[in-house]
Amino acid sequence: MADNKFAAYICSGCGLGDKLDIKTLEKIAQKEGKMQVVKSHPFLCNAEGVQMINDDIANEAVTHVCIAACSRRAKTEAFHFPTVAMSRANLREGVIWIVAEGEAHDEVRQEMANDYVRMGCAELKKMKLPAGNPDTAHSKRILVVGGGMSGLTAAFEAAEAGYETVLVEKQSQLGGWAAKLWRRAPFKAPHAEPQDTGLTVLAAKVSSHPLIKVHLNSSLAETAGAPGRFIVKIAQESGAITEETVGAIVQATGFTGYDITKLPELGGGQANVVDQAGLEALAIAANGGAIKRADGKEVKSAVFVQCAGQRGSGGNGSGRHLDYCSGHCCATSIKQAMYFKDQNPDIDTVVMYSDLRVPGMGEDFYRSAQEKGVIFTKAKVTAVSGGDACKVEFKDLILDEDTSVDADLVVLATGQVPSAGVELDAWTQLTAEADGGSDEAKQKIVVMNKTSVLNLTYRQGPDLPQLKQGFADSHFICFPYETRRTGIYAAGPVRRPMDMLQATEDATGAALKAIQAVENASLGRAAHPRSGDLSYPLVRLEGCTQCKRCTVECPFGAIDEDERRFPVFNEQRCRRCGTCMGACPVRVISFENYSVDTVGSQIKAVDMPDEFSERPRILILACENDAYPALDMAGLSRTVYSAFVRIIPVRCLGSVNTIWITDALNSGFDGVMMMGCKKGDDYCQGLGTRPLPHEQDRRHADPARPGTGARRHAGSRHHRQPARGHADQ
Amino acid sequence: MSNANVQANLSNLARYQNNFLKEVEANVEEGHMVKMCMQCGVCAGSCPFGPDWEHSPQKIFMMIRAGKRDEVLGSDSMFMCTSCYNCIVRCPRQLPITHIMHGLANYAHRIGMAPKGQPTRQFATLFWNNLVKKGRVNELTLTLGHYFTNGLVSGIKTALGMQSIGLGLFMAKRLNPMEIFGGHGVKDLKGFHAIVAKAKEIEDRKKGFTA
Repeated sequence: MADNKFAAYICSGCGLGDKLDIKTLEKIAQKEGKMQVVKSHPFLCNAEGVQMINDDIANEAVTHVCIAACSRRAKTEAFHFPTVAMSRANLREGVIWIVAEGEAHDEVRQEMANDYVRMGCAELKKMKLPAGNPDTAHSKRILVVGGGMSGLTAAFEAAEAGYETVLVEKQSQLGGWAAKLWRRAPFKAPHAEPQDTGLTVLAAKVSSHPLIKVHLNSSLAETAGAPGRFIVKIAQESGAITEETVGAIVQATGFTGYDITKLPELGGGQANVVDQAGLEALAIAANGGAIKRADGKEVKSAVFVQCAGQRGSGGNGSGRHLDYCSGHCCATSIKQAMYFKDQNPDIDTVVMYSDLRVPGMGEDFYRSAQEKGVIFTKAKVTAVSGGDACKVEFKDLILDEDTSVDADLVVLATGQVPSAGVELDAWTQLTAEADGGSDEAKQKIVVMNKTSVLNLTYRQGPDLPQLKQGFADSHFICFPYETRRTGIYAAGPVRRPMDMLQATEDATGAALKAIQAVENASLGRAAHPRSGDLSYPLVRLEGCTQCKRCTVECPFGAIDEDERRFPVFNEQRCRRCGTCMGACPVRVISFENYSVDTVGSQIKAVDMPDEFSERPRILILACENDAYPALDMAGLSRTVYSAFVRIIPVRCLGSVNTIWITDALNSGFDGVMMMGCKKGDDYCQGLGTRPLPHEQDRRHADPARPGTGARRHAGSRHHRQPARGHADQ
Repeated sequence: MSNANVQANLSNLARYQNNFLKEVEANVEEGHMVKMCMQCGVCAGSCPFGPDWEHSPQKIFMMIRAGKRDEVLGSDSMFMCTSCYNCIVRCPRQLPITHIMHGLANYAHRIGMAPKGQPTRQFATLFWNNLVKKGRVNELTLTLGHYFTNGLVSGIKTALGMQSIGLGLFMAKRLNPMEIFGGHGVKDLKGFHAIVAKAKEIEDRKKGFTA
């Protein structure tokens, strides 16, 4: 401690000086916060103010800085002092912008600011400057699993960016699904005609690229390690194993078509009823000539049934198949109808849809098909009979009548089923049963593991966690490509249903994410979302009780277990969310700048008014990913909220340790509010899909404080301290 | 209407195939745009006479694509159009819906499938014949012709009911009773008839009708 020098800098700009008594804040920082240097500045974030702080760091050997100014999310570039530990007291967004105007509120406003300065100083006292993870991992090679359009694009883009790439493809040739297509939907204006898939060119580019190594007829026998140091065993069909070290992985394993024979209600399995892949095969066989059926007869009329076994009861079929829309099928059917029309405009083609969905510029493609004379009918298909003359019975939804049409060929637009490997929830359950001694479960696991794509040696299972409907992703929109396994990125239809254009864009994005991961891993930093964060979880193993809570709860599968069931942290896999810290009943896990102490000391630093002063105190633990930005937005829009709350940002509600709640209630808080996502929400990293501390029963896991972790919503009436029961107002 | 083209179409009427659509494309004004309808229904919702039509434009387009020849050409819906152009203005696909409606009505009329006794059709016929005769509309004969469309008794009743208006027009010198004997024509009546005949010839050729 002798070498540490603590300093607080209080800003009086942005109206802080008008609304708050800066002298009082200075006194508090000095007397209560025990800051050795306390200074205020009328415009702290300008060059002069920042220079003042930098001078103190350089000349006064200041090692810890508390900035009492705006939110920690504001002015991050000005307040960037990488050589010192820093805390921020949020006086602008957190106090003056949200407390009601007027003299009547001066006292509570000042109290709030005082507390935030106390909290900022208390937090700073417990912080250390993160030294960075000394265990860096230096492989910057990128492994791409799957040699279809997405995989080829990812490999090519990564290699073009200068990264050595290894591509693994199960088949004997590159191309995947794209190789089975006659033409693809257009990517560029005028979006009118089917285009060549471009696969031959891309595959040739990849095969001949000096930075790309292609393994054909191969699959992954084992994937171990972490970003920057994955060791993968690539098994050839012959059984030969090649070992490669890679820094990140792009999983582009694509999809399979929904099995058409599961759709007997739409004629699936009958002669001359094919799926879209079946028609592509016929078109390739025709090679630009008249498309012939399997029995050799030239097709003169074709009916396309959209949403076949898709979109639940909203599509066609019994409604017991896929619940989602695969996104590409409407454009694909349009393209396939053009195969016929371009060859012979007299061929009748009818597309039966309930909602025609053509994302991107597909509307132009749709219009082009209409111009070519493809008939689009809004209809619900009730039955299809195959055979020589196929009959499609349907309800015309515009004319509101039941009718039928004859066709030579019926094409069912079936959906995409992701090839994401093992479903981890089922796997986890079987593992638990197998641990309990069930031989049946053990055998089931062996069978299940054969379907694995990655064969990860992670404690949490051999494949990527699946978000919805078997697709491997953490969030389709907010965190694309980022799966819940750091350093492994999903691209293409394995992530969500999509068409070829989207898949190639996806592949490019995933390649960039993989590059981000290898670069951060090589510097010992977090990949994302706290990109560049140098802190990492430190564990005091001598205190560990091997309860396994951290390994079970880590949403990102970063923690394995050794033979004695101690946790083994793979820091490169870690996202620094702190869920392990929140989970640990004996509190042996911490970060240098975020720990049970940094938050606990803030809670204890709040000045508690007299019990009968009618000034309750509510603690808010706010997730820094969503709740804290929302609170900042409230400040920005001058939304008034209670000046009785004291807000502490946390990295994730998962990192909330139950001791904080106990401490808060013991130190006089009237209630605690957790602000963030609740169980079942999945908009952030998929964390919300796991039970968070306030939703799970940690009672038995917390031997030190029985009863503190019971299932509850913190702050509910019966958890109030009886002595402070006056706060009902 | 003995016409090879139409006859060929009549004999080949499979449902949900392109035959009727092709017939419409070949014979109806702006008929080639029918296939571009995307069935959004904005026209149906925009039509001020919407509730009075048996089939909205949206439905008529779908019926054409479904090959419902008799239902479409026998429908009186197209005759209900008042040419307000609301549908054209609103159509996201920019279909000239009003023109197509008139085109369909015209085609149905020409091949004799339009509903008999449809008032709009009757009045339009009366108007056209009246106009073509002398090159200008004879208001007296047109009005009287309209009054007597539904028979002698109702004609007399209507005429008597309109008596005071007629008298007023006469007093204001806006109505010449002598017009009842044929009235006056345009200066070059022969030339006018030649123009109309030529126009008909061109249109027939365009729409595949041989004279």
